[in-house]
Amino acid sequence: MLGFILRRLLIAIPTILMISVFVFSLQKLLPGDPVLAMAGEERDPATIAFLRQKYHLNDPVPEQYARWVLAAAHGDLGISLRTNQPVLQLIEEKLPVTIQLAIMAMIVALVIGLPAGVLSAYRRNTWVDWLSNAVALSGLSIPNFWLGIMLILLVSVRLGWLPASGYVSPWVDPWRSIQVMLMPAFVLGTGLAASLMRHTRSAMLGVLKSDYVRTARAKGLSERSVLVKHALRNALVPVVTVTTLLFGELLGGAVLTEQIFTIPGFGKLVVDAVFTRDYAVVQGIVLCTGVAFIAMNLLADVAYRLLNPRMRDQ
Amino acid sequence: MKRHAFTLGLASALVVMGHLAHAADLRIGLQDDPDTLDPDQGRTFVGRIVFAAMCDKLVDITPELKIIPALATGWKWSDDGKALSMDLRQGVTFQDGEKFDAEAVKYNIERSQTLPESRRKSEVKSIASVEVNGPYSVTFHLKAPDATLLAQLADRAGMMVAPEVAKKEGDKFGLNPVCVGPYKFQSRVAQDKIVLVKDPNYYDAKDYHFDKVTYLPIPDTTVRLANLRAGDLDMIERLAATDVKSAEKDPKLVVKKATSLGYQGITFNIGNGAMAKNPFGEKAKLRQALSLSIDRNAINQVVFNGAFEPGNQPFPPGSKWYDKAFPVQPQNIAEAKKLLQEAGDPHPELTVQVTNNPVQMQLMQVIQSMAAQSGIKIKIVAKEFATLLKDQTTGDFEASQIGWSGRIDPDGNIYSFVVTGAGLNDGHYSNPQVDALLNKARLTTDDAVRKQSYDAAQAILLKQLPIVYLYHPVWIWALNKKIEGFTPYPDGMIRLKGVKFAG
Repeated sequence: MLGFILRRLLIAIPTILMISVFVFSLQKLLPGDPVLAMAGEERDPATIAFLRQKYHLNDPVPEQYARWVLAAAHGDLGISLRTNQPVLQLIEEKLPVTIQLAIMAMIVALVIGLPAGVLSAYRRNTWVDWLSNAVALSGLSIPNFWLGIMLILLVSVRLGWLPASGYVSPWVDPWRSIQVMLMPAFVLGTGLAASLMRHTRSAMLGVLKSDYVRTARAKGLSERSVLVKHALRNALVPVVTVTTLLFGELLGGAVLTEQIFTIPGFGKLVVDAVFTRDYAVVQGIVLCTGVAFIAMNLLADVAYRLLNPRMRDQ
Repeated sequence: MKRHAFTLGLASALVVMGHLAHAADLRIGLQDDPDTLDPDQGRTFVGRIVFAAMCDKLVDITPELKIIPALATGWKWSDDGKALSMDLRQGVTFQDGEKFDAEAVKYNIERSQTLPESRRKSEVKSIASVEVNGPYSVTFHLKAPDATLLAQLADRAGMMVAPEVAKKEGDKFGLNPVCVGPYKFQSRVAQDKIVLVKDPNYYDAKDYHFDKVTYLPIPDTTVRLANLRAGDLDMIERLAATDVKSAEKDPKLVVKKATSLGYQGITFNIGNGAMAKNPFGEKAKLRQALSLSIDRNAINQVVFNGAFEPGNQPFPPGSKWYDKAFPVQPQNIAEAKKLLQEAGDPHPELTVQVTNNPVQMQLMQVIQSMAAQSGIKIKIVAKEFATLLKDQTTGDFEASQIGWSGRIDPDGNIYSFVVTGAGLNDGHYSNPQVDALLNKARLTTDDAVRKQSYDAAQAILLKQLPIVYLYHPVWIWALNKKIEGFTPYPDGMIRLKGVKFAG
């Protein structure tokens, strides 16, 4: 297992490098001029020339990239062109927020998606199945921004139950922190719950038809035991993969949800950075989310092996 | 029993204290996250809103745009208009305790001029040197008379930063800014909040009633309003024009407005590169026809629910600089068609670039359909702002729907956009007569004389139309009803002097 993990980590390095080359070149292909955006209403040629030189924007692109990679290897991700803050500091600020939102959204997704999937497979073609499907379908098709704004208007403005938006760190005020994150986590989670439910359902359907489940039933095991101990455990293998990958995606920042609930996470940061051509910030975040995604992928593979002993020898 | 009474008393005291502590915290919703908080490097509008509570200026303005004393208690121009002497407020300290005096002013002006990252260079360009006459007296010696200087000193160029801190921090000053001002910087989390706390040593501290002011960037206007309604914010800036009616109906809210100093318009490429060779770039009559095809009142009603102010000049109709000889014209399709015929081009085509936000897009679509009535075919190209700006400066456009945030001095709304070779003249319009008039207006501080020059320039510009002006945005604030003492200013700033919670 250790060898497997090490091998995967080694493969991750070129992958991350490739991602960074890709994003770096893509940014340079974007139209627009970061210095003009930075200069604002001041068009003093000396200032513009100075800014270009300060941020090495006149150098050839490969040279700019090499400089960035070298600095990044030393733990320096550069400075935000917009606010002068170090990118690493921005990431340190945003990462806990994004992780908290991702975890809470994932909890919502699992709490809704898993039981719904199991139930709808077990009670196939009954009203339970149809209801779960209908709920899942609406979870997938209701846009986040609409659901978010509706929730704010209903829960915060009309009922006054939860704060409308913003962020409070769990270290400062844990209760308030959970309250603030509930609605965004719910909005994000319902969408994910839907796809989790669909995956769980189809995996369960496959497993429930298999011979060993019939054997288990023939042995006279309780339905509960058949369902949870025998069927679900096997059905979980693909579900775990999907869950970890979805989690990896969440770590990239939930752009729309963060915008609506004004959560200062990765999504909001990266969107603003792209619009203001804040190259260093975009690059830093993409690197960070790339690493997170690869880590999640690795975790999925490890979990896969833990759940399914047959995979371990391969 | 006694113990119970004591506990109860303590509890109620705590509740009251808690309430008071909360009551003295003001939470303001901003449309964007400000950029760096260094007055010399700042370039965003929302940044200026934060500065308004944190960094005092040498002079300030009244809502009527009259310049009034702030850190400078009085000033005098020399007879030749080439020297401006100022007396400074005494007994003032920066937020870190450093003394504010004439040397600090000299340092600040020189920092605006020489810090390589400074975005204030053009604003203080006319100053040749700063002379310290005494501990609280300075004279600015100018290269040439500059009537706009006082107005510049009423904005970021006139904000005083603490010299010792600024010397130490250099271009990183904005991470921990220290100025003279009622509220000092406490903390910032990018895109989350900026927290300022009251400076008890501020010279006018008694007129500032909050212990803490928090600015929260919330870009979505609907969400910003929802937060205000839910009580999570006390005040928001730039309420959407379409939300004004519902906010006014809300018994918990108050809506305040002020016509902005800025404008929105269509800039034509008249001489910037090959793209200038298009019918609209070459023939003023076509631009006049387009202007006549536009029903500015209808635009205001359709796109902005009647909340903004239609306009046809760089200054809003209520401004003393507005030339009343040329009022906003009603739509006149017959006249527009006639002009097109005279120009020999009854069905001209024009490509207009516009920022890809829904409101500006809708504006251009309304104009597109109005222009079609006269036979002008408009093609709209939506671009994201950074791209639009780049294409505009490099001349890669026929016409561009863009605006200007506006300046206190009239010069700031017109000079840079139409004078030959000026910094923001992206259409490369050039007319020696206009250049001469606008340069002349800079030389005198006599408003009557300046107005004559502006009116004369206006008479030419409104015929040649290098820019077709459309409307003036109106700043709209929504406040919780418990806030009193807020005065709307045409510069869109939130000045907290005298603002407090009722009761």
